Amino acid sequence: MKLREIVVEKAIITSLQSSKRDEVLGELLDALVAADAIGADRRDPYLKEALKRERKGSTGFGHGVAVPHVKASGLDRLTVAIGISDAGVDFNALDKQPVHSIFLLISPEERPEEHIDAMEAIFGNLSKDQFRRFLRQAADVKEIITLLEEADAGQSVG
Amino acid sequence: MPSRKVTISNRLGLHARPAMLLAERAGTFTSTIGVRRTDAKNTVDGKSIMQLLMLAGTAGTVLEITAEGDDATDALASIAELIERGFEDDE
Repeated sequence: MKLREIVVEKAIITSLQSSKRDEVLGELLDALVAADAIGADRRDPYLKEALKRERKGSTGFGHGVAVPHVKASGLDRLTVAIGISDAGVDFNALDKQPVHSIFLLISPEERPEEHIDAMEAIFGNLSKDQFRRFLRQAADVKEIITLLEEADAGQSVG
Repeated sequence: MPSRKVTISNRLGLHARPAMLLAERAGTFTSTIGVRRTDAKNTVDGKSIMQLLMLAGTAGTVLEITAEGDDATDALASIAELIERGFEDDE
C-alpha cells in the first residue's frame, strides 16, 4: 500500500494549533471533512471512536509518533490525515514522551486486511529515524508529499 | 536457537493492540525474541511494537518465533500461547 495514495493531501497539517490530544484529533477530522474525505456528520462519531480506542491503550507507540485510528463501517476507501506539532502533544505515549507526528487512520471495518496493510506502510517508514526527522522538519505540505513519494519508492524496492 | 511456528488466529490480525500485547509479553523475558513471517526473510524484534506492525500479519499468517537466552523455552511457550489464543481480541 502506497502512503501517497492513502494520505489526503488537503488533510496534512504542518503546524497543529492545539497541543491537547482530543483537540488535535478534532483538527485532523476537520481537515478530512474540509477535504471531502469524510462526511461532516461523521466528524463527531469518529472523534468519539478514536478517543474510545485511545482509552483502551495509547496509539503513541514511542519515538514521538502516534497513529490513532477509527474503524468505520460503510467507508469507501481507507483515508489518512497527518498532523505535525512542534510543541508536542501529550498522547500518553508508551515511552511517556510528547508526540510530534500524528497519522490519523480511518479504515473500513469490513476490510481489516486494508487496516493491517496501511499499518505496515506507515510503520515501515515511521520506524526509520530519518523519515521521522524529515517529517517533523518539513516546512510545508509539498515537502511532506515529496517525503511520502520517496518513502513509497523506497518501499517498492525492498 | 529454539523456535516455534504459530498461526495468527484472530480475525483482525496483528493490529495495534495485539502487537502491543505481544511486545509486552516478549518484554517480560530476558531472552532476545525474534518474529518472522514464514513467507518472508526479515526477522523483527519481538519487543518492538513498531517492528511487529511492519509484519502486516493477517488472520492465517504463519509466524516463526525465535528466542535466545536463559528463559527462551518459557518465552516461546508464553508468546505462542498468546498468539494461539487470538490475543483475546474482542474486536
